[in-house]
Amino acid sequence: MLAYIVRRLLYAIPILIGVNLLTFALFFVVNTPDDMARMQLGVKRVTPEAIQKWKAERGYDKPLLWNSAAAGSAAVTDTILFSKSVRMFVGDFGRADDGRDIAREITSRMGPSLAIAVPTFVLGLFVAISFALLLVFFRATALDFAGVVLCVALMSISGLFYIIGGQWLVSKVWHLVPISGYGGGLDAGKFLILPVIIGVFGGIGGSTRWYRTIFLEEISRDYVRTARAKGLPERVVLFRHVLRNALIPILTGVVVVIPTLFMGSLLTESFFGIPGLGSYTIDAINAQDFAVVRSMVFIGSVLYIVGLLATDISYTVADPRVRLQ
Amino acid sequence: MMFQPVILWSDALLFLLILAVIGLAVWARREDNLRAAWSRVLRDPVAMSAATVLAAFVVIGLLDSLHYRVRLEGKAGEPVRYAVELNSALDALLANLRTRPEKTYSAPLATHLYAKETSTDGTQRDFPRLKHGGAHLGENLDVHGADIAKRALFGAAAGALLWFAMHLALRRLKARRCGIQADGAGGAAQAVAWGAVSLTLAPMLVLGGAIVALSGGYHVLGTDKVGQDVLYLTLKSIRTGLLIGTLTTLIMLPLAVLLGILAGYVGGWVDDLIQYLYTTLSSIPGVLLIAAAVLMMQVIIDTHPDWFASSAERADARLLALCLILGMTSWTGVARLLRGETLKLRELEYVQAAQAFGVGRFAIMGRHILPNLMHIVLIALVMDFSGLVLAEAVLSYVGVGVDPSTISFGTMINTARMELAREPMVWWSLAAAFAFMFALVLAANLFADAVRDAFDPRVAK
Repeated sequence: MLAYIVRRLLYAIPILIGVNLLTFALFFVVNTPDDMARMQLGVKRVTPEAIQKWKAERGYDKPLLWNSAAAGSAAVTDTILFSKSVRMFVGDFGRADDGRDIAREITSRMGPSLAIAVPTFVLGLFVAISFALLLVFFRATALDFAGVVLCVALMSISGLFYIIGGQWLVSKVWHLVPISGYGGGLDAGKFLILPVIIGVFGGIGGSTRWYRTIFLEEISRDYVRTARAKGLPERVVLFRHVLRNALIPILTGVVVVIPTLFMGSLLTESFFGIPGLGSYTIDAINAQDFAVVRSMVFIGSVLYIVGLLATDISYTVADPRVRLQ
Repeated sequence: MMFQPVILWSDALLFLLILAVIGLAVWARREDNLRAAWSRVLRDPVAMSAATVLAAFVVIGLLDSLHYRVRLEGKAGEPVRYAVELNSALDALLANLRTRPEKTYSAPLATHLYAKETSTDGTQRDFPRLKHGGAHLGENLDVHGADIAKRALFGAAAGALLWFAMHLALRRLKARRCGIQADGAGGAAQAVAWGAVSLTLAPMLVLGGAIVALSGGYHVLGTDKVGQDVLYLTLKSIRTGLLIGTLTTLIMLPLAVLLGILAGYVGGWVDDLIQYLYTTLSSIPGVLLIAAAVLMMQVIIDTHPDWFASSAERADARLLALCLILGMTSWTGVARLLRGETLKLRELEYVQAAQAFGVGRFAIMGRHILPNLMHIVLIALVMDFSGLVLAEAVLSYVGVGVDPSTISFGTMINTARMELAREPMVWWSLAAAFAFMFALVLAANLFADAVRDAFDPRVAK
């Protein structure tokens, strides 16, 4: 097991290097720092001095790959590739355009992001699996059909509609909770409840249908027929046998998401004014703060790879037959 | 010539796609297994109902893709010049809606502006009359409600009449088909759920008739901040949604198919390399990769203004670039599926037989493996469509979507969402965008489900 984990972690290294090189190419080779400076300063009426100053402030005035002016190892380290991309491996993301340290910003914004994402995720999972089991219990009846139709309809509504509609109805018409904002401690509850409910509601259509398909696939297996032949009631068959055996496909889709919860949700956070990583990313995109976007791309990839590893490990917990070699 | 046709890149690709679909349809008629699968779709009432709605959207989108420039009036002997503004066939049809702007917001079917204005002599503040909405009523505003009802009823009746004519035509067609089949072979295999088509057409035509009749005198869905008719904006958004939904998959397919089959069939270091490539790409969160790529594309477009002759071309290039970027981030899933399926097919007897006969590698991949993967490709194509239409709205909200000058559901929602805070609320732009998007996505989802059920061998029939 340990050897497997170590080997998987070693596999992750070339992928992270690939991600790193890709973002490097995207941000520094496709467009030179000069282009970016011109874009940020306004295309017209920009002096070469202003471009130089912009680049020097951000440390983009170095050579891309090889600094022939520097001596010894500095020829490699005093370049954009090393100072901007390779340093990300040790958690040094540099500074954003407003001068703040990105790494510190990320750690302080993680909390609010998780405060929204974790309840949404747990509650969403619970509600979707319950509904799916309900539909499977009543399979091939009018209730099942109506449920599937409802799921497809819910899936077809834009996520933006849930947020805008929910804010309008709950906050503006009913005046139950504030429209947006965030507070520390217990005060956070009243700000969090609406985004969590909307998040759960928005995802329910797609995931219920997905779990229903998994359960239906499982229910046509032989062991289910055996269980019924033993005289087990349908309730026990579903909860004791089908649910457990369906865990492997469920885990495949679910566990990989858990680490990326840290990244927060772009839409929810920006609509509800929650100072998490999602709204940080959106602000960076709108302000064209390339350093922040690059850091978030890298962190997102690291978390995804951690999620893949966690998925494999979760298989051994859920199914004793799975052995990781 | 009174006008000069203009073919934008996206138009060309869209028409190419339509040609490909027609070609595939002809081919599918000749292949037995494909015809059997498609006839399952054709027999499914829900699928045919969804297809009818989709077809209406596609017709609007295609009309909006026939672009032209109007010839400018000039003196005799002067060289012919054309307007800079790019119009489409849809614009010409909707000239009535396009060329009658109001000053600012007005509610659906209203006769007065949404906001009060101080009258010219500065004595009183009142809601000014609209320039066009309800202008035919003159000062006689008491009949406003009656006029709306009259027009709506008249339009609905005309729509119903049109529907009845089409219904009769459909029935005659069906009767003749059945007559032919009664003599020859085939029988029920050719059955098409015409009933569902007719049943879907009925509300569409009745509603459409009412809207057409009303839009002669009113702004049926109101006007937006700069006084543009919301119905016009919504209809124009359809093309953008369709383009994003189809071209993205079209752009990504060749890459996904090629790499997926190569990885699965050739194996070895090719497989390792391709797997590494898609694992790396798919490990970057989609939205972030799209955002990064779109930011970079904006820099390129902004630093090279000389590449584009007009702002319409620039917006078009940006739309295509967005499709390309969305495609680059989404081909990994299809490639992985195709690789897995190729691994299975590679071990089957007929492939081994081909190998034993000395058929070349690429011939086997093209002749024996690719046709047996087409159902995966088709399912991916239809399943991705609705997700992409929804994604466009989100991306435009995030600020990495289509060009702000391109009319799309995303830009409509983005400009309208701030207006909910007003009192009284400006709800009509948002409602119109969401309603049309919902209709399009729902129809696409239902149709995609039917196609998947018909083509997926794992689904029991």
